[in-house]
Amino acid sequence: MAHIELRDVAKRYGNVEVLRNIDLEIQDGEFIVLVGPSGCGKSTLLRMVAGLEPISSGDFLIDGERMNDVRPRDRDIAMVFQSYALYPHMDVARNMGFSMEIRKVPVAARKSKVAQAAETLGLTNLTDRLPKALSGGQRQRVAMGRAIIRDPQAFLFDEPLSNLDAALRVEMRLEIARLHQSLSATMIYVTHDQVEALTLADRIVVLNGGDIQQVGSPLELYERPANKFVAQFIGSPTMNVVPVAGTKTGVTAGNGTEILLPDQPLVSQAKELGVRPEHIDVVDNGTGDLSAVADVVEHLGSDTNIYVNVEGIGSMMVRKHGNIPVKSGEQLGLRIQTENAHLFAKDGTALRRVA
Amino acid sequence: MSAVKKRHPTFVVGKYAALAFYLIFALFPLYWLLKIAITPDALIYSEGTRLFPSEVTLLNFTTVVFQTDFLAYFRNSLVVSLGAAFFTTLFAAGAGYAFSRFVFKGKRIIIALMLVTQMFPLLMIIAPIYKIVAELGLLNSLTSLIVVYTAFNIPFATFLMQSFFDGIPKDLEDAAMMDGCSRFQALRKVVFPLTLPGLGATLGFVFTAAWSELLFALMLISKNDAMTFPVGLLTFVSKFSVDWGQMMAAGVLALIPSCLFFIFIQRYLVQGLTSGAVKG
Ligand SMILES: Nc1ncnc2c1ncn2[C@@H]1O[C@H](COP(=O)(O)OP(=O)(O)OP(=O)(O)O)[C@@H](O)[C@H]1O
Ligand SMILES: [Mg+2]
Repeated sequence: MAHIELRDVAKRYGNVEVLRNIDLEIQDGEFIVLVGPSGCGKSTLLRMVAGLEPISSGDFLIDGERMNDVRPRDRDIAMVFQSYALYPHMDVARNMGFSMEIRKVPVAARKSKVAQAAETLGLTNLTDRLPKALSGGQRQRVAMGRAIIRDPQAFLFDEPLSNLDAALRVEMRLEIARLHQSLSATMIYVTHDQVEALTLADRIVVLNGGDIQQVGSPLELYERPANKFVAQFIGSPTMNVVPVAGTKTGVTAGNGTEILLPDQPLVSQAKELGVRPEHIDVVDNGTGDLSAVADVVEHLGSDTNIYVNVEGIGSMMVRKHGNIPVKSGEQLGLRIQTENAHLFAKDGTALRRVA
Repeated sequence: MSAVKKRHPTFVVGKYAALAFYLIFALFPLYWLLKIAITPDALIYSEGTRLFPSEVTLLNFTTVVFQTDFLAYFRNSLVVSLGAAFFTTLFAAGAGYAFSRFVFKGKRIIIALMLVTQMFPLLMIIAPIYKIVAELGLLNSLTSLIVVYTAFNIPFATFLMQSFFDGIPKDLEDAAMMDGCSRFQALRKVVFPLTLPGLGATLGFVFTAAWSELLFALMLISKNDAMTFPVGLLTFVSKFSVDWGQMMAAGVLALIPSCLFFIFIQRYLVQGLTSGAVKG
């Protein structure tokens, strides 16, 4: 268990800056998820915490102690790699017990700990196999076992589930959630997967281009994104963002349609309006804020996705719960749930409503 | 399914015929070596082109082993080849690892220089090498051969080792370091066992190269008791005759260590040792 702090941390390769101004405080036992597009520096940040990558500038602290130059082995942090990185020449038991082997833990103690971890992860029958004789999911479990057996201060996960198929991913996700509950250890988790991020995280850190965009709980990021990037990155399907002109009382879209937005004092600065697909209601043709034509309709059973062409705006997406009897080509009215609408200024920052 | 997979019979026959032809072509000289070695001296010329001699003898072997300096040559060759293989592999492994894993100043220049050394015809540098070795007082010593062979084989062996290290995922070392290893421990406990095929290949390559090297051995060694086997073989050619039978018997015996060496290392040459390390 550990309290981890990053103060104005940056990472440079030569004169290329891949991470800058990283300020982050992670509480003891917190589950932090790093998300962001490919190449934004998630792995690099994780590897700096692990000690595998030197920190170019700034301070890295564990429990208040500066650890910038401490070797990985002395940080007491375990890491699960995306590639699993199992030692191919060692059987499962030795893979899991390797850290104890290095620390010269007596064989008997090692054996019982390995057996215990294997039990927890359902690997008991596989302990004498080599990694090449395991399935992807089993390898993943061994990699987890290698980490939990050490009982470290913190766990790092770099996209640990991305090589698994969908069903196995759900299963392992639950297992990680359980693991976090039972160990109550600090965890930092990198993922591309929205669902993983939203379900596992206490707080999510959204990175883009080497900068932290926003840090917050899943609900905070969903309800109050700090900018257009976060708004579109979090939430699935993606938020609709359309160009508008702000007036005193609302916004006007391209063809002059006005949408009234009460309680938004900064509305006159708005350049874009963001509405999540689930925050648009389908109403009778001729009523509502916008009129549209249904383009493609996807019936998913639990939900209906309607891709619409909105007059004067262009294509948007609407998602409604349940089965909505809309046909392709049908004329619709759309009503925007204004209490859930987002406004963005010219530079993409969100314009916050009062209260 | 099976109908599609089944090749036309002529194709199969053709394939095996081609393989057989290649094998015969490659192995025939070896067969001839063995044949002459077991042919009695008297029959060598009279039965010159017969595929199998009418009489067989082991006399040539016993003569070579007990009445010539063959065993001394053999021992010298063994010392030189093992020494060169050991030192070359040691240095090449270190250099190859550095090239594979570290970023450092002058890396490109060093690689370029190593390539350049491979471009010179050996004849060009024989004289300077001779001079250097003579000045160091190392003429007629096995040490000189070990040093020279090691120096000449290091560049290629380094590239060979580098490619083996490149094939070992860096994640494995990172994982080992997270598990509590120092870099050196990670190297010893994780990378080294996985590099055994590479080490085996490099050892084998240098060993065989040194085992059959003639040019430098001829130049740097003139005393009988420091001669390596290829030079020693030439002593069977006297002013007036060539002792074919004994020469071939010596040749057959000289093949043995090479074969043994490859049988010994071949299990390390088997690829696929790293499979299962990464991905699903
Ligand atoms: N050794 C290096 N030298 C120079 N640039 C590097 C080096 N390693 C990484 N980078 C750069 O740093 C940036 C961040 O890389 P990183 O691997 O952290 O991305 P990521 O967010 O993990 O991406 P992904 O989601 O694809 O794994 C990338 O733009 C990459 O090109
Ligand atoms: Mg990454």
